[in-house]
Amino acid sequence: MATTTLPENPLIAGLERLPVPATTLTIFGATGDLARRKLLPALYNLAHEGALPERFNLIGVSRRDQSDDDFRTFARDAITSFSRREPDATVLEGLLGRMSYIGFSFDDAEGYGRLRAAIETLDGDGGKLNRAFYMSTAPEFFPVITKALKAAELNYDPDVDVRAIIEKPFGTDLESARDLQAVVSSTFRERQVFRIDHYLGKETVQNVLAFRFANFMFEPVWNRNYIDHIEITAAEDLGIGSRAGYYDHAGALRDLVQNHMLQLLTLVCMEPPGSFEANKVRDEKVKVLQAITPPTPEEVRRNTVRAQYTAGVEAGEDVVGYLEEDGVPEDSRTETYAALKLEVHNWRWAGVPIFLRTGKHLARKVTEIAIQLKPVPHLAFQSQGSVGVQPNQLILTVQPNEGVSLSLGAKIPGSSMRIRPVNMEFLYGSAFMSESPEAYERLILDAMRGDATLFTRNDEVDAQWSIIDPILKTWHDVDDMPLHTYKSGSAGPAAADELIAPRRWRGL
Amino acid sequence: MDDVWREQDTTPTRIESALRKMFVSRFKEERAYVPARVLNMVVIVDADFRGEIENRLRRVGRYHPSRLIICAVEPGRTKLDAWAQIGTEDAPKAGTIAVGRERVELLMGEKHIAKLETIVDPLVISDLATMVWSPHGYPEAIDVLRRLAQIALIDSLDEPDVESALERATDLTGDTYVVDLAWLRSTPWRERVAATFDSPQRRPDLRAISGLTIRHREDSLASALLYTGWLGSRLDWKPGALHHARGQWVVHSTTRRHDIKITLDPVEQNAPGLAGITIELASGVAMSLDRSPGGLRAARRERDGTEHAWTVMGASRGEAGILGEGVRQALLRDPTYRPALAQARQMVT
Repeated sequence: MATTTLPENPLIAGLERLPVPATTLTIFGATGDLARRKLLPALYNLAHEGALPERFNLIGVSRRDQSDDDFRTFARDAITSFSRREPDATVLEGLLGRMSYIGFSFDDAEGYGRLRAAIETLDGDGGKLNRAFYMSTAPEFFPVITKALKAAELNYDPDVDVRAIIEKPFGTDLESARDLQAVVSSTFRERQVFRIDHYLGKETVQNVLAFRFANFMFEPVWNRNYIDHIEITAAEDLGIGSRAGYYDHAGALRDLVQNHMLQLLTLVCMEPPGSFEANKVRDEKVKVLQAITPPTPEEVRRNTVRAQYTAGVEAGEDVVGYLEEDGVPEDSRTETYAALKLEVHNWRWAGVPIFLRTGKHLARKVTEIAIQLKPVPHLAFQSQGSVGVQPNQLILTVQPNEGVSLSLGAKIPGSSMRIRPVNMEFLYGSAFMSESPEAYERLILDAMRGDATLFTRNDEVDAQWSIIDPILKTWHDVDDMPLHTYKSGSAGPAAADELIAPRRWRGL
Repeated sequence: MDDVWREQDTTPTRIESALRKMFVSRFKEERAYVPARVLNMVVIVDADFRGEIENRLRRVGRYHPSRLIICAVEPGRTKLDAWAQIGTEDAPKAGTIAVGRERVELLMGEKHIAKLETIVDPLVISDLATMVWSPHGYPEAIDVLRRLAQIALIDSLDEPDVESALERATDLTGDTYVVDLAWLRSTPWRERVAATFDSPQRRPDLRAISGLTIRHREDSLASALLYTGWLGSRLDWKPGALHHARGQWVVHSTTRRHDIKITLDPVEQNAPGLAGITIELASGVAMSLDRSPGGLRAARRERDGTEHAWTVMGASRGEAGILGEGVRQALLRDPTYRPALAQARQMVT
């Protein structure tokens, strides 16, 4: 197998856009919602910026029987509707001209033969291209496609790199994740596998690493001696929309906590890696996850809260409760809200509670990491009318209004020494001139280049599920495990307030 | 809605004070207002032609500097007039921030240029990088601002001849970071040639380059020389002297093993900059890149004469896009420009 390109090319110094090898990208599920909203627009934007290699081809695969032209029409509509920039007609036509389509059922061996023939035909124009297979399908097809690629001998080529890009979720619990991994590892080597968690492609998520490891001033306080607790919030103001079929099987814990929120937790808690080489970064992240002890049923009862939204008011509009949503069974026990208290058992973090909360139909859409420092040891400023000295809070906002905010105590102007908190803020929008690319643009390029830094490694997925699985099992198996409710448009269930007490959640 | 202040026969102190007051009132009215704090940009222009430059700057889109100070020079003027404006580009959506932009326009005479630093210094935002640009000449204005500015934006194509363009750029690199639009125009060409040789199988070919032809618009010799200088400095070529022969510019560079014949070929084209590149290997293989609709046309000719061609997709940035890129590059650092410039200069001196 060809080795990954190493940065020894003397011509790449100083270039912002690094070379991407000539590639034929196959997207399974090419007519699905993810492809329509994210992948095809991301590929257009890469083409617009000249970031795709001169030899780039896209083969769309799905079960639908349609022609190349039908698929190009679909792709054109998707790009026109969802691209972050107005498409340039010539570039768009150029990209559409590189697209072709093959319709077959994902378990149809004959279809993979046609796929192989199509890939080899494209190789004919100037030599073999790297192959990348993007699985953007329902997760039950991941093992089906993986096995079929192996059976068709599309998983390996001695002359070029073959890569598999696998969307989330990687499994629905620990057992299924391990089963899937067994199939994947019997087909591909780990260095060929790129498990997507699109949060890692977000600039603001990557900035957590830059913030921590490019600024000396925070490291001395980044530990149990100075930090009281950490809150990680991923709140959404919308309900489940038309995703009842998926969501009622997944729930908040699988949908956001197992992947995105644990990713944020690892970035906040990891030790500085020796370098930003993919495996060094991922080694450190895995150590954090492995330092979180999987909770016992009793700890699940004590340290987790699950809840469902009920009817309420969102942005001035009446909205129905979860059980009244179209497609949701009336006796569904699926959580739309989850709050957890976790602890990382190592020298840096022992005794520092880490609170995670996520939910649908909450008061506001926000994803943030809040680091609350301990209070000052002696309160000298107790004048009348003073809010007083509050513990410093450092907020890393992932979305919206991406930025970093630090709360500080400051003197209120006047004759007495009265104190109230003020904010020192850095906002991405005011400090950088460039527009952030969509996460998928970065991730597709990185996968084609073979850079796995922003992808989830096998042992990372396993460690994530090892934490989440006992919670899922307890929630499912223990009959008297409460499923709380919260009103749509509120900040969540009262039980979550008890979870964090005597502390309080930051206001949404 | 923008806030505007203007005054004739004014002073920098009064302008700065007016800006502060405008901020306070803006915050009172619009709590979501956030002043952008990225870059100061000082532009020195002929008063009569400032509209053209203002239009170019307007089209740079999201890459606008946070505070733009335009110094419009009017021959014979003795008093300083000023006009200041703060506002936001787009109406803010609910729940989002409204990033501001600030602009100060000074109408001044030639006599003010020698003291320009004392006029501009109070008006730039402290602790932000400052970039200066003088598209209508006035090199003396850039020189007096060199203590204040960290970045000089130039276009080597604007100078009357390539020798003085490269000499000026070299001089400016002594104490400022130079962003050269003539260099930025070649970015896609550099990226693509880097990609051509990036695979481990192709990389050894870098040592086998025997010929380089660069096609350029007639006035863009500086771009062609900078490109040649880039390739030569990255590949340790020893540059020869540039000479003119049969309508082309020719240079012979050398490595420890062999010579490289470099031809700079002026061609007709509308856009400034490069029109095409051909790289030949000692084996007889040749690779070329040429402008084409919707990107660049890449071709590879094998020893046996067979040829493959592809289009490298990419939208044209246009001159407004190049200028916007110049503003953005002010806060980045390209370590390859100075060595490329040094090689280019060696070829012409």
